[in-house]
Amino acid sequence: MKKPLSIYIHIPFCLKKCLYCDFPSFSGCENIYEQYVSTLCNEIRDNACVFSDREIQTVFFGGGTPTVLSSKNIGKIIDSVFDKYDVSSKAEITVEANPETLNYEKLSELKSMYVNRLSIGAQAWQDRLLQKLGRVHDRETFVSAFHAARQAGFKNIGCDLMFSLPTQTMDDWEETLENTLKLSPEHISAYSLIIEDNTPFKKMFESGLISQTDDELDRKMYYLCRQMLADKGYSQYEISNFSKPGFESRHNIVYWQTGEYIGFGLGAHSYFEGCRFHNTLDMEKYLSSDGSFKKLHEQTEKLSENEKMEEFMFMGLRMNKGIEKSEFFSRFKCDITDVYEKQLSELFEEKLIAESSGRIFLTPYGMDISNFVFEKFII
Amino acid sequence: MSSSRQEKIRNFCIVAHIDHGKSTLADRLIQKTGLLTEREMQEQVLDNMDIERERGITIKSQAVRLVYKSKAGNEYIYNLIDTPGHVDFNYEVSRSLAACEGAVLVVDAAQGVEAQTLANVYLAIDNNLEILPVINKIDLPSANPQMAINEIEEIIGIPAHDAPLISAKNGINIEEVLEKIAEVIPPPKGDENKPLKALIFDSVYDSYKGVVVIMRVMDGKVQKGSKVRLMATKSEFDVVEVGYFGPGKLIPCQALLAGDVGYFTASIKNVSDTHVGDTVTDAENPASEPLPGYKRATPMVYCGVFPADGAKYPELKDALEKLQLNDASLFFEPETSVALGFGFRCGFLGLLHLEIIQERLEREFNLDLVTTAPSVIYKVFLTDGTEIDISNPSNMPDPARIEHMEEPVVKAEIILPKDYIGPIMDLCQQRRGEYESMQYLDATRAMLIYHMPLNEIIYDFFDVLKSRSRGYASFDYSLEGYKQSSLVKLDILVNREAVDALSFIVFKDSAIERGRKICEKLKDEIPRHLFEIPIQACIGSKIVARTTVSAMRKDVLAKCYGGDISRKRKLLEKQKEGKKRMRSIGSVEVPQSAFMSVLKLEDE
Repeated sequence: MKKPLSIYIHIPFCLKKCLYCDFPSFSGCENIYEQYVSTLCNEIRDNACVFSDREIQTVFFGGGTPTVLSSKNIGKIIDSVFDKYDVSSKAEITVEANPETLNYEKLSELKSMYVNRLSIGAQAWQDRLLQKLGRVHDRETFVSAFHAARQAGFKNIGCDLMFSLPTQTMDDWEETLENTLKLSPEHISAYSLIIEDNTPFKKMFESGLISQTDDELDRKMYYLCRQMLADKGYSQYEISNFSKPGFESRHNIVYWQTGEYIGFGLGAHSYFEGCRFHNTLDMEKYLSSDGSFKKLHEQTEKLSENEKMEEFMFMGLRMNKGIEKSEFFSRFKCDITDVYEKQLSELFEEKLIAESSGRIFLTPYGMDISNFVFEKFII
Repeated sequence: MSSSRQEKIRNFCIVAHIDHGKSTLADRLIQKTGLLTEREMQEQVLDNMDIERERGITIKSQAVRLVYKSKAGNEYIYNLIDTPGHVDFNYEVSRSLAACEGAVLVVDAAQGVEAQTLANVYLAIDNNLEILPVINKIDLPSANPQMAINEIEEIIGIPAHDAPLISAKNGINIEEVLEKIAEVIPPPKGDENKPLKALIFDSVYDSYKGVVVIMRVMDGKVQKGSKVRLMATKSEFDVVEVGYFGPGKLIPCQALLAGDVGYFTASIKNVSDTHVGDTVTDAENPASEPLPGYKRATPMVYCGVFPADGAKYPELKDALEKLQLNDASLFFEPETSVALGFGFRCGFLGLLHLEIIQERLEREFNLDLVTTAPSVIYKVFLTDGTEIDISNPSNMPDPARIEHMEEPVVKAEIILPKDYIGPIMDLCQQRRGEYESMQYLDATRAMLIYHMPLNEIIYDFFDVLKSRSRGYASFDYSLEGYKQSSLVKLDILVNREAVDALSFIVFKDSAIERGRKICEKLKDEIPRHLFEIPIQACIGSKIVARTTVSAMRKDVLAKCYGGDISRKRKLLEKQKEGKKRMRSIGSVEVPQSAFMSVLKLEDE
């Protein structure tokens, strides 16, 4: 039995950058698409031998907007993976997409290339809010794209939604949820807006042009989402992620369970053999590297046992089912109480975590202030 | 022989108002002179190996020995003694002055005579030093050397018609200064054959050599192997090494004689054995009388200094002792606080002094500190007829027992350009200042004299003065005495618990406003907890202001995927580190910054 591994592929191109985005991505770079894809394929192919003892369980195309690439180019990349890696027949292959770059033709082509999951950035139902976010699509485009995806045969579609947006009301949010639920995607992610450093939103916030939604309203929106989705048969399985049973994002679960993954492409992150590292964020450097790992990998840190424990806890507790005490033992060869007795007892007392059948998980109260809880697990 | 040797020595310091060019001139003097006399170079007192070895030791020296060959071909030894140049440090300045015979007074040709120019010159004159005025920055377009000369003659009253006109920055006319030093500043007096008498005016701790005692030899001689006695502490030592200071290094020599400035080491480990101001004499043949030492400087500002981590109290004590070694004006005594545990009440000459010491404690000694409000010494007159002095608000007696209180008042002299008279007078009025006079110094500048309560100027008055006058105003103050005043104690309660460290004694009419501002500030500084936190300001049992820190409602990272994990972990680690620097007030964690932030109450 081969050990599992996940692959992440980064496509750092967009039609236009959204005002809240702090991912590595650029607009207006059509002229380097070909070169990028070519370097990416080299990177994937030339380093496959390192992973020959692994079976690939999930592949995830993220960005940017992966679907700005032609299906031909996406095909080249997928070919490189399937060609050189041992990909499980049950592998989940996800492509992130933005509505404005999708049409029936492209979607059919993707489907034929083993892509079996789509994650569409819908964000909001109201065109006014979409504009505020700097999105290039409107609601209509999203709906058409969704239908086209169904037509093309996609049976596993996720929609990304955002709340706590500037000027967004409860009614707006309810409308977004209602209409998304009508489309009946298999998976819904609902993210509270984070105003990140080095984004236009941050500057606007600092100069008072936009304000941050107050905590009370933010929580109300969150609870409404939980309730409405539960009513329609979606299970919350992580702080911001909901799905119909069996349609959880297997790739993202690898992250939350601190499993191993290798990242290809500009700025892509990896966790392999106890080390975290990422590719260069410098496009010139990436393109001239020819895909050589030596030239690409930066900021390698070998995690200590303590750091691994910390990550196990603060990532694992993000999932509703939390962490398993036996899993802790099998990974770290000691009881969780040997390391965290005091913290656990404090958190139980404050009713921030609960325990059941050998699992420890956040209570709803704990989810609201999960950062506070997570900090306790830093050694 | 001895007097002709002494004839060639000049001991002097450089005094000036801030930024008039004292340091630049010092650098130029060092550059234009040599390190060893010709005879020393010939005699090769130390072989080359020793010199190399000594070169490796760098020590911050308060005095530097320069060798100057004059135009007439005479070789002089110039001992340049460093003095700080800030309003806070009059005491420091006077300590170094006792080692000198003269002072080079630097005046900026564009700015003319300013507040500390005067303060320093008066001090120098009081110490019987010869003043050599020098006009600097003649390269500036706005330079007006004649104006500066006139001001020196009119305001200070010393002749300046042949003061060298220089640009220290551009190295112009430095030679003239060097020549004039030999001419104007007298050589030291003193008899080499009398029993040893040397004045300790500074000391530095070196981890290899122990305490390095910096002194001016008045009479007699000291050398390696001498057995010396420090007259105040009566401790005796065998001298291991004597020498003088090259720029940034110690240079050992055979002996130090009357008129010399230099150092000795004696493997002294204990910082408290050497007191600045003490007299060093020969143990076997001691001098009959010590030199006039120094009065203990009166601190102008007090504050509490506590270690953020209670276990570091011994380190803080050790650090303060080491700092006091070469800063005798630093005062400290043990103190406890309900909130902060064991610490010290420290006295400083002023806020700059406070900030410098705080920074040195944090940087050089790696200590995390909590500092509490600076305060002054109040005189409390009780109904039973007794009087007590308090500086710590928590020592204030029950108001029922108080007959009346007095607060220290200062005379403030502010020199400023005419344009800012209005705003600065407003500022002084706001700070309960009583106007005394205004005089025009010249066409552009005036001097304001106000009498002000010391507690109104002990924190940020100087800063605000500077910002309201775009940096042009200068300020000097001196303690005048005490004046009766209506004062109350303002208490701050966090989560219904009184916080000692945040108590203030404040003028009655300002109390409510001050209380309100503090509550607002604390609300911003104290992070959210799992429960609601009321913040209240009280006078006695009466609540005069309140704010509330609401309970934590949301603290979530919405997205955390592969590329976020490392960043998130580091962020959590950093947050946890940050918590360590918090102080617990009951179940509330208060960051250090909160304690100091409540003092910066001036609206920008």
